[in-house]
Amino acid sequence: MSAPATSTAVRFQTVSRRFGAGEALVRAVDEVSFDIFDGEFFTMLGPSGSGKTTCLRMVAGFDQPTSGTIFLHGHDVSQLPPYERDVNTVFQDYALFPHMTVGENVGYGLMIKRVARAEREQRIKEALELVQLVGLDKRRPSQLSGGQRQRVALARALINRPRVLLLDEPLGALDLKLRQQVQVELKAIQRRLGITFVYVTHDQEEALTMSDRIAVFNRGRIEQIGPPEELYEQPATAFVAGFIGVSNLLSGEAAQAVSGSTHTITIRPEKISLSAPSIVPSANDAHISTRGRVADKIYLGMYSRYVVALDHGGELTVVEQNRGSGAPMPHPVFKPGDEVALTWSREHMREVL
Amino acid sequence: MSKSLPILRAAAGMTLAFLFLPLVIILLYAFNTEEAAFTFPPPGLTLQWFGVALQRQDFWNAFGLSLRVAAIATAAALVLGTLAAAAVYRFNFFGKETISFLLLLPIALPGIVSGIALRASLGLADIPFSFWTIVIGHATFCVVTVYNNVLARFRRLSRSQIEASMDLGANGIQTFRYIILPELATALLAGGMLAFALSFDEIIVTTFTAGQEQTLPIWMFSQLTRPRQRPVTNVVAFLVILLTALPILWAHRLTQKSNES
Amino acid sequence: MLARLSNYLYRHPTVLLLMLLGPPLLYMLGFYVAPLAVLLVNSFYRLDDFTGQVVREVSLQQYATLLQGANLDIFGRTALMAFVVTLACVVLAFPLAYYIARHAGPRTKAALYLSVLLPLWSSYLVKVYAWKLLLSQEGIVNWVFEKLGLQGVLTALLAVPGIGGPSLSISNIGIFIAFVYTWLPYMILPMQAALERVPNSLLEASGDLGARPAETFRTVTLPLIIPGVVAGSIFTFSLTLGDFVIPAILGNSSFYIGQAVLTFQGSSGNVPLAAAFTVVPIVIMILYLIGAKRVGAFDAL
Repeated sequence: MSAPATSTAVRFQTVSRRFGAGEALVRAVDEVSFDIFDGEFFTMLGPSGSGKTTCLRMVAGFDQPTSGTIFLHGHDVSQLPPYERDVNTVFQDYALFPHMTVGENVGYGLMIKRVARAEREQRIKEALELVQLVGLDKRRPSQLSGGQRQRVALARALINRPRVLLLDEPLGALDLKLRQQVQVELKAIQRRLGITFVYVTHDQEEALTMSDRIAVFNRGRIEQIGPPEELYEQPATAFVAGFIGVSNLLSGEAAQAVSGSTHTITIRPEKISLSAPSIVPSANDAHISTRGRVADKIYLGMYSRYVVALDHGGELTVVEQNRGSGAPMPHPVFKPGDEVALTWSREHMREVL
Repeated sequence: MSKSLPILRAAAGMTLAFLFLPLVIILLYAFNTEEAAFTFPPPGLTLQWFGVALQRQDFWNAFGLSLRVAAIATAAALVLGTLAAAAVYRFNFFGKETISFLLLLPIALPGIVSGIALRASLGLADIPFSFWTIVIGHATFCVVTVYNNVLARFRRLSRSQIEASMDLGANGIQTFRYIILPELATALLAGGMLAFALSFDEIIVTTFTAGQEQTLPIWMFSQLTRPRQRPVTNVVAFLVILLTALPILWAHRLTQKSNES
Repeated sequence: MLARLSNYLYRHPTVLLLMLLGPPLLYMLGFYVAPLAVLLVNSFYRLDDFTGQVVREVSLQQYATLLQGANLDIFGRTALMAFVVTLACVVLAFPLAYYIARHAGPRTKAALYLSVLLPLWSSYLVKVYAWKLLLSQEGIVNWVFEKLGLQGVLTALLAVPGIGGPSLSISNIGIFIAFVYTWLPYMILPMQAALERVPNSLLEASGDLGARPAETFRTVTLPLIIPGVVAGSIFTFSLTLGDFVIPAILGNSSFYIGQAVLTFQGSSGNVPLAAAFTVVPIVIMILYLIGAKRVGAFDAL
C-alpha cells in the first residue's frame, strides 16, 4: 500500500479546543496529537460531536485551538488566517456562490491570485474534466443537481493544487447508489493526483471503503488510529469495536465462561461458527466453544444474522452466509428457539478496554 | 376559514376603494379646466395647467432642493445603515439589542420630537439652518430602512460561502467585494429607494430644520393657503405621486425577486 | 495596502467592530440622542417675560404651565384623537388584511399588497390636500350627500360642538378622516403579516377539537395577531400625536400638540415651553413602546 512513513503533511500537537467555562465547559477537542502523512487518504471518523469536524476546521483555519499547535508541512499555522494556508476545503453544503456561473465558481481561487485569464480558462477546463462536468461552465449552481454541485465544489478546491484537501462529510446529501459511485471516484482522483486527503465522516462503511488510515474520534479524543483492517480486526477499545462494524461484547461472568477472565472481550460476528449442539469441534487451545439458544434470526439476502443467547450469560450476534442447501460446504440453518454450539478461533477474540 | 366570504370581500373592497379614492380625485383634478378647482364634478379637462406649473421657478427650486436633500440623505443612510447592519450581524457585543431600538426611535417617536430637538440643539450651538441641517435631520430616520433591509439580507447569507471564499484565498476585504456585496446589492437598492421616498416626502422634521429653504413638501404646504394657485398645486401633486410611486414599486419588485431566489 | 489592512482587522476583531459600529453610533448619539437631551434640559428652563430671552436656570415652571387648562385641553384633544384614529384604523384595516392574508391567491396577494404600498408611499401632503378637496363644500363628499338627499344629516353633524365646524374640511371630523386615511396602510401591513404568520395547522387543530369559527378566532387567531396589531398602532398613535400638518390644513383654531410646539418655538421663541410640550408625547410614546415590546410587537415590525 503506502511506502514507509513519508513526510508529514499535518501534525496535531496536544491540540485542545474548549468552549465555555466552569460548569459549562465543553471540551470539543481534548489534547489530541497525531500526524497525517503526505499523499495518504486519511479519514476522521466518529459520531456527531466527537470533535472530528472541529479538528478539520482548525486545519482549515476557521477555528483556532485553545491550546496546542497545528503544523502544516512543518510550519506552525495556528495564527494563520485561512486565506494564507495551502489547504482547500470541500464543504458539506458545497457553499457554491449563487451569483456566479460554474466556471466562475471553479476559477474563483485563481482569480483572487490574479492568474492570467488564458491560463485560468485552461485550468478551469482541466478541473471540470477531472470531475466529469465538461461543458457546464456557463450554468448557475441553482440549475445543477446535488451530485453536480458536489463535483463543482470539488473542482473549485482542487484547481488551486493544494497540498492538502479537506473534505467535510461531502457525500451526506447524496443517495446511496450515487454516494458509492462518488466514493470510488474520489479515491481514484486522490490516487491519481497524489494529494493528501483529510476526510471527515460518521459513516464507518465509507471510511473503510476509501481510507488509507482512519482515526476514530469519541468525545474529543482519538480512540485508535490505523489502517481499516487493523481497526476492524484488532479494535483497541469497546467503542471502536462497536463503532466499526457490529461488535460483540462480553464482560464479567459471561466473559469468564469463555475466556477464563472477567476482562471485556470482543469478537466479530462473522468469525463465529454455528453448529448443532451434538457436533462440538475438538476442544483444543486454538478454539473456544460455548452453547446457547437462538433468540432471533434476520434474513438479509446475502447472509443471515443470528442473535444467540448464551447459556452462561450474555448475547452474541453471529453472521452466516446463506450458501443454500445444495452448496459444496453447507452449514445448517437454524430457527429461533434452536439450541446451538458456537465456536471461534482464540486469535479472533480480543480483549478491549 | 368560513367567515361569510362575501361580507369580508365587500368590506375589504370598500377599504381598498377608500384608499384609492383621493388619489384618483387628484389625478382628475390635475386636468381640471376651472381655476378654483374645488368643485365636483369638474367642468372640463385640460392640460394647460401642466404648462403653467412647469414654468414656475419656485416649484423647480423646491423640487431641485428636495432631490438633492433626498440624494445625500439616502447616500448617508446607505453607508451608516450598512455599517450598523454588518456590526450587528457579525459581532455579539454589549447592548446589541439597543442598537436596533436606537435606530428605530427616529421613526417611532413623533417627527416633531426630532424636529424640535434638532432645532433647539442647533440654536444652542449657534449653527445656522441650511441645506445640511435638513440633510442631517433626514438621515436620522432614513438609516433604519436601509439597516432593516440589509440586516435581513445578511441573515440569509450562508456562513459557509464566506468561509469558502476565505478558504480559496480571498481575505476579508476581497470576500466582501466579491461575495458579500453582490448578495447585498438588491437589499441596498431596495433600502435606498425607501429612504429616498421617505426623505423626499418628509415635511414635519424639515419644517424645523429648514430655515429659509423650501423643499417640495414645504412649498406645497405654503401653496395650500393660496386658492388661485390651486390648479398648479394639483398638477404638482399628480407629478409627485408618479415620482414617489414608481421607485417604490421597483424596490418592492427587487425584494420579492431576491426572496424567491 | 488593502491586504495588510484586511490581515490587521482579521487579527483584531475589536478594531473592526469599532470601525463598523462607530460611525452610525456616533451619528445617532450626536444628532438624535444628544439633541433629545438638550430638549429635555431646555424644558426645565424658562422664558423671561420681560426680555423674551431664555433663562438658563433649572425650574419646573414650564411643567407647571403644562397643567394649565388650555394646555391640558390640547393634550387631551390630541391624545383622544390618537386613540380614536388608532381604533378606526384597526377596524378598517382588518377586513383587508384578513382577506390578503388568508383568502387571496398568490397573484391577487401580490397585487393587493402593492395596492396598499402605493397609497402608503404617495406624498403625504398630496393625500391631505386631496382630502381638503374632497371634503370641501363644493367637493365630492358634499355632492354625494346632496344627491342622496342627506344634506340634513351632514348639517346636523357639523353642528355638533367639538367635532363639527363650518364645513367638513374645517372640522375635527375632517381631521379624523384624514388621519385615518393617511395612517391606514401602516396598520394594514403589520396586521397582514401577523395574520399570515398564524399557521393553518393551528386553526385546523382548533376546529378539530370542536371549536366553532368564531371561537377559534377569539381564542386562537386574536391572541396571535396582537403583536402585529400593536406594532401597527405604534405608528398610528405616534404619528397622530405629533402631527401639525393635518390639523393645520383641516382644522380650526383649536390646537393640537404639534401645532402648539411649532408655534411656541417659532413665533414666540419660547423654546422651553415647546420643549416641555414635546416631552409629553415622548413620555407617552416611550411608555407605549415599552408596553409594545412586552407584547412582542418589536418582532412584528
